[in-house]
Amino acid sequence: MIKVIQPGLQTTVQDYGRIGYYEVGMPPSGAMDKYSFTAANVLVGNEENAAALEITYMGPVLEFQQDAVIALTGGEIPPKVNGELVPMWETLAVKAGDQLSFDFVKQGARVYLAVAGGIDVPLIMGSRSTYTLCGIGGLEGRPLQAGDELKIGSAAKQRVKIGTRIQEDLIPVFSKTNEIRVVVGLCSYRLTEESKERFFSLDWTVTAEANRVGYRFKGERLSFVEREQPFGAGSNPSNVVDLGYPIGSIQVPDGVEPIALLNDAVTGGGYATICTIISADLNKMAQVKTNEKVRFVAVDIETALQARKEYAYKLAQIKQQLQLL
Amino acid sequence: MTRYEYGGDEFIFVELSESMSLEVNFQAMAITKQLREERLPGILDICPSNASYMVRFQPEEIHPDKLISKLKELEQSVSVDDFDISSRIVDVPILFDDPWTNEALMRFRDRHQDPSSTDLEYAARVNGFDSKEELIQAITDYPYLVSMIGFVPGLPWCYQMVPREQQIEVPKYVRPRTYTPERAFGFGGAFAVIYPVQGAGGYQLFGVAAAPIYQKEQRLYDFKDSMTFPRQGDIFRYRSITMEEFQAIEKQVEDGTFRYLTREITFKPRQVLENPKAFSDEVLGGLYA
Repeated sequence: MIKVIQPGLQTTVQDYGRIGYYEVGMPPSGAMDKYSFTAANVLVGNEENAAALEITYMGPVLEFQQDAVIALTGGEIPPKVNGELVPMWETLAVKAGDQLSFDFVKQGARVYLAVAGGIDVPLIMGSRSTYTLCGIGGLEGRPLQAGDELKIGSAAKQRVKIGTRIQEDLIPVFSKTNEIRVVVGLCSYRLTEESKERFFSLDWTVTAEANRVGYRFKGERLSFVEREQPFGAGSNPSNVVDLGYPIGSIQVPDGVEPIALLNDAVTGGGYATICTIISADLNKMAQVKTNEKVRFVAVDIETALQARKEYAYKLAQIKQQLQLL
Repeated sequence: MTRYEYGGDEFIFVELSESMSLEVNFQAMAITKQLREERLPGILDICPSNASYMVRFQPEEIHPDKLISKLKELEQSVSVDDFDISSRIVDVPILFDDPWTNEALMRFRDRHQDPSSTDLEYAARVNGFDSKEELIQAITDYPYLVSMIGFVPGLPWCYQMVPREQQIEVPKYVRPRTYTPERAFGFGGAFAVIYPVQGAGGYQLFGVAAAPIYQKEQRLYDFKDSMTFPRQGDIFRYRSITMEEFQAIEKQVEDGTFRYLTREITFKPRQVLENPKAFSDEVLGGLYA
């Protein structure tokens, strides 16, 4: 059992996500930075999809009521056991009665805490991920609260030696200015050429509305090609006949602020989407926080697929390094 | 002209038409039904929408360009004429002009085109009706095709089965509300919706549904197989009810005894496209027989 002394800003149970229900409007949820999430599970010998805790901006205080093997990965929110700093990206042992707490965030936005055996909550539609909007998954469909108790599962695949560490070149470095690669498409025909050009040359600032649903950016107003609105679309030039939104797609309602839709986002609606963040960069997006800068870089589909391969290769290297292959 | 677009490296988005029509929705339904039946490797989600559809795939299994070629073939080979829709006709009771959505919409007048009237009054006026009662009459006279599911789990986009000139069309809010009551009945563009859960929203608010369309506890009969009730292709008849009936249904929902009045139906798109009025009369006759 893990007891929640303080919940932190937003700490939720997440696994790889709820896949295959997009057509009924169910977003995938799941860990936002899947690279860090997977590395944490690998470090404790779990199945890659085991449920872990996603910790956002400000960490919780947790008390272990049994001995456990844990790993912390992701953004740098320095973890402490009984007040002493402990390393991230490393297999750690904690004892019954130990308290895990965190310093202020230094880099990135989200930390993953994996426990050998996984966090044991019920599977809902094939996933343990928390989706707070509908109140399903995780612990009672909500972020952790003080007084909660989390059960540790017994499904660890293998034992990993305490002190095992991900090699340095496989640990991501997070920055306050970021390039996020996107594939242009969807309804990009709606933006004027000039606005398209501005979209890619501006440094966008992440606003305070940056969470699991999506990130909103401040920069300048974009304009849409004038037209007589098609039947059924609604009157605003940014409106289209309601359609599906890919995960990672970016829309600009009324041209005011671009919104990138992420893990808990709406699955469709009536705003023109203009591009989609490539899957390999969604992990990076998840580690960007309010007031940091993002520049969007357009890439073609082959570059996106290549980046996806490189990402898969990095994960394979982690497993190989830990001799888990 | 159909647009085939990449949605990053995991999605293909296909816009069959920029404007909405029953015909294009049937076409999206027919193509996605065929795609589902072909069980291609690497397909994760097939999401038909109003005048478009979207496919989520694993590029390790199928290259996006190969998938696009396949979808283009389907566009050529699939016809709405030789495809049957098996779905349900459903009686959906709505309390129009109810106190809860009225309270909600009054809180957001500063985000509305016409701060001095209610959403119903405004929508009636811009559609050329003399009163909100006439608008409600037009909404409830003919049934709707559930043309898309999404936004949040189970939200049905519903498009009325009437000729274009009879369609009701309203703008969305100037700026979306941050609050919409659960089960609110809304209208935006040419679509009627029910909001399954409380949340943000930009559609005009006309009333509230008496029964849920999303139930995570899955206690009611209609939710035994799924947390979400509406399915694409269903035919919803919105029926205006009184406060008394509303309260009676709420009580049944609480007791766990509520069941939607439904009839199974199999129909061809052509029946709807050729004579929507005759089709409507027939299905409503069958529903309430």
